[in-house]
Amino acid sequence: MTAALLPAASNFAGSVDALFDALLALSALVVLGVFTAMIWFCIKYRRGSGADRSNRHRRSLGVELTWTLVPFALFVGLFGWSIGLWERMRTPPADAAPVYVVAKQWMWKVQHPGGQREINTLHVPLGQPIRLLMTSQDVIHSFYVPAFRVKQDVLPGQYTQLWFIADKVGTWHLFCAEYCGTDHSRMGGSIVVMKTADYARWLEAHADVSMAQQGAALYRQLGCSGCHGAESSVHAPKLEGLYGRRVPLSDGSWVVADDRYIHDSIMLPRKQIVAGYAPIMPSFEGRIGEDDVLALIAWMKAHPAPGERDP
Amino acid sequence: MTRPESPVPPHGASYLEAGYSLRSWLLTHDHKRIAILYTLSITFFFALGGIAAMLIRLELVTPNGTLMSAETYNKAFTFHGIVMVWFFLIPSIPATLGNFLLPLMIGARDVAFPRLNLFSWYLYMVGGLFTIAMLLLGGVDTGWTFYTPFSTMFSNTHVILAAVGVFVVGFSSIFTGINFIVTVHSMRAPGMTWYRLPLFVWSMYAVALVMVLATPVLAMTLSLIALERLFGVGIFNPALGGDPVLFEHFFWFYSHPAVYIMVLPAMGVVSELITAGVHRRIFGYKFMTWSMLAIAVIGFMVWGHHMFVSGMSTYAGVVFSVLSFIVAVPSAIKVFNWTASLYKGDIEFSAPMLYALGFIGLFLLGGLTGLFLAATALDVSLTQTYFVVAHFHYIMVGGSVMAYLGGIHFWWPKITGRLYHAGIARFAAILMFVGFNVTFFPQYILGYEGMPRRYHDYLPQYQMWNVISSAGAVVLAVSYLLPLAYLLWSLRYGPRAGDNPWQAKGLEWETPSPPPPHNFESVPLVTDGPYAYEE
Repeated sequence: MTAALLPAASNFAGSVDALFDALLALSALVVLGVFTAMIWFCIKYRRGSGADRSNRHRRSLGVELTWTLVPFALFVGLFGWSIGLWERMRTPPADAAPVYVVAKQWMWKVQHPGGQREINTLHVPLGQPIRLLMTSQDVIHSFYVPAFRVKQDVLPGQYTQLWFIADKVGTWHLFCAEYCGTDHSRMGGSIVVMKTADYARWLEAHADVSMAQQGAALYRQLGCSGCHGAESSVHAPKLEGLYGRRVPLSDGSWVVADDRYIHDSIMLPRKQIVAGYAPIMPSFEGRIGEDDVLALIAWMKAHPAPGERDP
Repeated sequence: MTRPESPVPPHGASYLEAGYSLRSWLLTHDHKRIAILYTLSITFFFALGGIAAMLIRLELVTPNGTLMSAETYNKAFTFHGIVMVWFFLIPSIPATLGNFLLPLMIGARDVAFPRLNLFSWYLYMVGGLFTIAMLLLGGVDTGWTFYTPFSTMFSNTHVILAAVGVFVVGFSSIFTGINFIVTVHSMRAPGMTWYRLPLFVWSMYAVALVMVLATPVLAMTLSLIALERLFGVGIFNPALGGDPVLFEHFFWFYSHPAVYIMVLPAMGVVSELITAGVHRRIFGYKFMTWSMLAIAVIGFMVWGHHMFVSGMSTYAGVVFSVLSFIVAVPSAIKVFNWTASLYKGDIEFSAPMLYALGFIGLFLLGGLTGLFLAATALDVSLTQTYFVVAHFHYIMVGGSVMAYLGGIHFWWPKITGRLYHAGIARFAAILMFVGFNVTFFPQYILGYEGMPRRYHDYLPQYQMWNVISSAGAVVLAVSYLLPLAYLLWSLRYGPRAGDNPWQAKGLEWETPSPPPPHNFESVPLVTDGPYAYEE
């Protein structure tokens, strides 16, 4: 019944609606029970009515426990259902295609691995899992597509992800759902779901320098190779093959070189110092944008250590 | 005007006749007079917050911004939230009815620390002055939630003034909490054992515990905001090495228990209204007391359900979700027990009883929709939409405000010694129930349809329900103005109430209306539990 109010256009929509309807039905039952009892008692035991009021304090622990535990058990059943679905919503399949989203006051910047850039629009293919890797340039935003029943906060200084399979061709609303300042309500856009062939054509028409190549260019422009390059005389960690590896830190702990670690090493280099190196890396905070950091990460992913294969 | 009051009031005079000078009010130590001071102050702030609400609803009649700019709109809902939460709802029942009734109900002459009680009111007023200053200087646009790094680095409005106002008023609740805890422990009349306490006293005790334990976290969080905003100390802003999600944890660690600060007192009031309206004992007294304490305790462990889409781990989500389902159990017990208390009662449909019945219905709807938000998979799409707005207004306005007004109507004869017009009061109660539902039920539908909250400008497809909601807000406003008019009228023209116009049980009804300055002519001796309506 609820589907009539809102289009359903993703692999999650049907399951979420089914859970919503089940919870709605159970709640309606409780409301009906309580309201019926209230109205019935109010009429029957109104002041001056001749209803029998003897023996009014027959106290029963049984009654109290029954009306507490039975609804509770039913609701806990729905809790289990919800957790199962939530787990699914949070676990993208390994073959999900990545798309990168950078939020800023008050726009959504999207970039596909092939370099296709979009603003306030996201083109996705029908029937294929898509994984959005998102971060914010300034304050907290939230990526919300009602027709897909998905939402994820987009945080500055962190990467969050969101995945879905669009299962209906069309254009669906995108909202910013976390209050982010003056033009929060205008920070919207659309998700365009296309048939696979149309999407392939779209990708081709908008192909640009790939993110990894953009990263390579930045690596040179920003002078990263001056310290991190093979010929450099500065004692700095090598970046080839770094992505995904475990890195020892100067405080004795270990960290996996994931997106967040690489982001922080560029923007907040003092936060985690690699064991055996001096803290001489300058911060790029304010000098480069979050989309540049994503390009640098893409370049690092594309540069395994000699002898390793690109994952 | 500043002549010293006569030290000994004439024999038989009420607390209202104990002095007429301004000084006799502003320097009073009498819990009843302090309750009156609070009532006047929170009514003023309720009116301010209500005006902001009307501006919001007026703007939302049309999908595009017409009445005001986005900036003004953002300031309006922020002001509405700050004022309604901290300057109305949190002090509402405890500081007014609680202050007035707690000593009367336990047979005490006053609260444990009368001077501290007066100081609490002054702190409230100082916090209020900061908030008014913030408004006059141009307002603040962070939302009442002050999310970082927006509030610390990006907003150009008066965040610090707003935070100082809330910080100061927080101490007024902490001191009220301390006062109530000590009063209940140490000042009960002979024979007033814990299980003979009226449920309203239990609710004040439970809420005082939450106030004392949760509010300091708010004070610390606001101090950290000031540190980051004024001195650039990196706590929440990632560009300085901070973590914005940490702020969300701190904020909701206070603000979720704060919801219970608003609703526990309402539960206490409604228990008194129902028993007096039904003229029978409450069903399941011990379940009622322990469910309030359970809410107070478990309420501290569910804050994470505000943050399911913030990127928290799946396991954290599971734990917060199950705890949020569990905290619904004691609330459900209360709803069922109030309903069962109607069974074989002798039900009189006075205005307070109508308010109480309305409370049960609206609280039930608000509570059940809370379960939708506790279910993580549903919360993902519903959170940050109008569904949440509808849900918490059902609890806070449908629940707490209904109960507050019901309580005011119930104890008005005791507080003022006068009776208001019963028919028009019943009409206002029904009008409020109708106006409330017309205003807020459409917002559930809007939220389900995906309309995000805090939107100045929305898609045309959402207009119909917004227009209905705004129309309901007008009805709701009338239903708030009506009691203001006829209650004030009754002060001068209402008939004398007598000591116990409802034939209700409870120590507060055994003393004259209005009560003498020290409440009782002699210390009462308690020999029976509360609600001993059966002869």
